Amino acid sequence: MHQLLEQLLIGVQIGSIYALIALGYTMVYGVLKLINFAHGDVYMVGAYAGLGAAGVLGTWLPGHTPLHTLLPSPFGAILVLLTAMLLCALLGLIIEQAAYRPLRTRSWIVPSLVIGGASGYVAYGIALNGNRTPASAIAIGVVVWLGIGALLRTTQSRRTVGTPSRLTALITAIGVSLFLENFGLLPQIFSSDQRFIQRSQIVTLPNRVSVLGASVSVQTLLIFGLSLILMALLTYIVTYTRIGKAVRAVSFDADAAALMGINTNTVIAFTFALGAALAGAAGVMVTGLTGTAFTPYVGVLMGLKAFVAAVLGGIGNIPGAVVGGLVMGLAETLVVAYGPSVGIPSTYRDAVAFFLLIVILLVRPAGLFGRLAPEKV
Amino acid sequence: MGSSAFKSPPLLTRILGFAGLLGLLYLGNAWVERPLIDQSVTSFYGMDQYKEGIVISCGIYVILAVSLNLVNGFTGQFSLGHIGFYAVGAYVAAAVSTYGHARLFPNLPIDGSPIGVIQGAYPVLLLCLIGGLAAAVVGFIVGLPSLRLRGDYLAIITLGFAQIIQVVIRNIKAVDGATSFTGISRGDTTILTPHLTNFFWVFLFVALTLWVSYGLRFSTHGLAFLAVREDEIAAEAMGIPTTRYKVTAFVLSAFFTGIAGALFALYQPSLSNDQFSFVRSIDTVVMVVLGGLGSISGVAIAAVLLTILPEALRGIDQYRLVAYSLLLIVLMLTRPQGIFGREELSRTWLLGQIAAVKGWFSRRSLRPS
Repeated sequence: MHQLLEQLLIGVQIGSIYALIALGYTMVYGVLKLINFAHGDVYMVGAYAGLGAAGVLGTWLPGHTPLHTLLPSPFGAILVLLTAMLLCALLGLIIEQAAYRPLRTRSWIVPSLVIGGASGYVAYGIALNGNRTPASAIAIGVVVWLGIGALLRTTQSRRTVGTPSRLTALITAIGVSLFLENFGLLPQIFSSDQRFIQRSQIVTLPNRVSVLGASVSVQTLLIFGLSLILMALLTYIVTYTRIGKAVRAVSFDADAAALMGINTNTVIAFTFALGAALAGAAGVMVTGLTGTAFTPYVGVLMGLKAFVAAVLGGIGNIPGAVVGGLVMGLAETLVVAYGPSVGIPSTYRDAVAFFLLIVILLVRPAGLFGRLAPEKV
Repeated sequence: MGSSAFKSPPLLTRILGFAGLLGLLYLGNAWVERPLIDQSVTSFYGMDQYKEGIVISCGIYVILAVSLNLVNGFTGQFSLGHIGFYAVGAYVAAAVSTYGHARLFPNLPIDGSPIGVIQGAYPVLLLCLIGGLAAAVVGFIVGLPSLRLRGDYLAIITLGFAQIIQVVIRNIKAVDGATSFTGISRGDTTILTPHLTNFFWVFLFVALTLWVSYGLRFSTHGLAFLAVREDEIAAEAMGIPTTRYKVTAFVLSAFFTGIAGALFALYQPSLSNDQFSFVRSIDTVVMVVLGGLGSISGVAIAAVLLTILPEALRGIDQYRLVAYSLLLIVLMLTRPQGIFGREELSRTWLLGQIAAVKGWFSRRSLRPS
C-alpha cells in the first residue's frame, strides 16, 4: 500500500513535468494551429539557463559561495527558477518573432537580425576553422548576415499575407528545433558534455520525508507543488486577465477575434512567452532538483512525450494538457513498477505512452477533452 | 500537369526497353563488381567506398521520400511514422537473410561468371520483396485504424505506432534489438555479406518506385488520391471511397518504404535500433516538403540534395548541422511551397522558371525608384 502511494506520487511528479511542457504545446496550438516542435528544446535551454543562473548567482561573489548561504534557502532556488523562466520566455518570444511571424505576416527586421545574425555567426565560425584571419572571418560573417538579411527583406516584401500551410510551419518548427539543439552542441555554447546542477548549490533540503506513512523524496513533493502553483498562476492569467481573455478568444476563432479588435500578433507572442516560461520552469526543476544529467538533446524525448500528453488530453485544451500529462506520468511509472510482475518488461516504458495515445485516439479521435468541429460542406 | 502533347510509346515497348536497360546495367555492374567476390578491391565505377555509400544512401532516401510522397503529397494525409515501416523492412530482411538463407538459397554457386552473379541476384530481390511485404502488412495494420483520424492527430498516431515498433524491436532477442544486429554477416555463407546492396539494386528499386509513382499520379487512381487531398468531403460526395484510397496509398507507401529498409539492411554491416529513431522520419518529411508536396521529381531531387548536403558540409564539421537547420528555416521563409511546388520537373517548367526570373528582373528595372 505504501509502495503504491510512493509510486503514485512519483508518477504525479513525472506527470506534472509533462503537463507543464504540454501546456506550452497546447496553448500555441490553440492560437496558431502549429505543432511547435522547438518547444522541447526550450525545456533544454531552461535546464542550461538554470545551470548558468545557479553558477553565476553562486559564484558572483568571491569564494564560490553556494547560493543558499547568501540568501535564505528557498529564495536562492526561486531566483534561479525565475531567471530561467525569464530567459526562456525571452527565447520563446524571439523564436516566434524570428521564425514563425514571417510565415504569417510581412516582417523582416527581427528575422534578418536573428536568422541573418545566426547565419553570419556560423559563416564566421566556418571561416575561422578554415584558418582565416579573425578580421577576414568577421568580414565574411557580416557579408553573410547582410546577404541573408537582404534575401529575407526582398522575399518578405513580396509574399502574400495569410495563414501558412501546416507543413510549411511544421518544417520551420523542425528547423528551429534542430537549430537550438545543434547550436547548443557547439563547443563554445553548451558543448556536448553532460552537465548537471548540484542541488546543494542552490538549496538545502532534507532527502526524504514521510507522507501518510510512505517515504517520499522531497524533490517529488517540491516538483509537484511548484507545478501546481505555476498551473494555478496560468489558470488565473488565462481566466481572469485581459490578455488571458484575448488568448482564449484567439484560440476560439482567430479571425473573429481579429475583427473584434484583438491584436492577434501580440496574443500569439504572449502565448509563446508564457508557454516557453513554463517549459523553462520544467527544465530547471527537473535538472535542478533531481540532479539529472543533461545534454543539448535532452529536450527531444521530453518534448515528444509532452506533445503526446497534449494530444492525449485534446490538443488546444488547457485542462486536457494537465490531465494528459498526469495520465502519462502515472502510466509510465506504474508500468515500470508493476509491469514486470504481470509480464510487461520495464523496457516498454517509452512505448506505454504511445500505446495509451493510440487507444485513446481510436476511441476519442480528438483526445480526452477535445471536441471535433462538425464538418461543414 | 503540364502539356500532354507528348505521346508516350506503347506500354510493352516501354517495359521491354526498361527491362533491357536494367539487364545491361546489371551485367555491367556485375562485371565491374567482380572484385566484391574476391574481396580484394571494393571500388566500384571508380568510386571509393565512402562515395559509393553516399550514392547508395541517396538512392535509399529517394525511395523513402518518393514513397512518403504517395501519402503526404498525393492523398494529403500526414504520416510521421514511416520510419517504423523502414525498420520493419530492414529487420525482416536482415532476419530472413540470417536465419533463412540456408533453407532459401541452398548451394548458390557464387563466382564471377554472369550466371553465378545472376543466381546471386536472387536473394537480394527476394529479401527486398519480403521486407517490403512485411512492411506493407504492418502498414495495413497501422493504417486501417489510424486513417480515421485527420491532420495532426494522424501525424501523431503514426508517430506513436513508429515508436511502438521501435520499442518492440528493441525487445526482440532474436534480432539483438537492444544492442546491434550483426546477423547479416553472421552466416558462414559468402554471399550474405554486408555490401549485398549495390548500385544496381538501388537503381532498380528507385526506378520501380518512380515508375509506380508516375503511373499512379496520372491514372484514375491518382486523380482519386488528389481528390482526397483537395477536399475529402467533396471526394466522398463524388462517390470516391476515400478510406479505401487512403489505405491503399498508405500500404503502397509502406511497401516501398520496407524495400528501402531492406536495401539499407543489406548494405549495413550491422543494424541498431537507434538508426530508426523518429528524427529520420522527420528527415524524410523535410525532403518531401522541400521538394514540393506532390511533385515526384521535386521530392526525388530534394532527397538527393539533402543527402549530399550534410556530406558536402562535412568539412565544416561542428557547424554543419547548424548550417543545415538555418538553411531549412531560410528556405521555408523564402520558398514555402518547396523547390518545385506541385509541378514536375519538365521542359515547360524550366522555361516557365526562366521566364519568371527574366520577368522579375525587368519588372525591377522598370519600377520607379
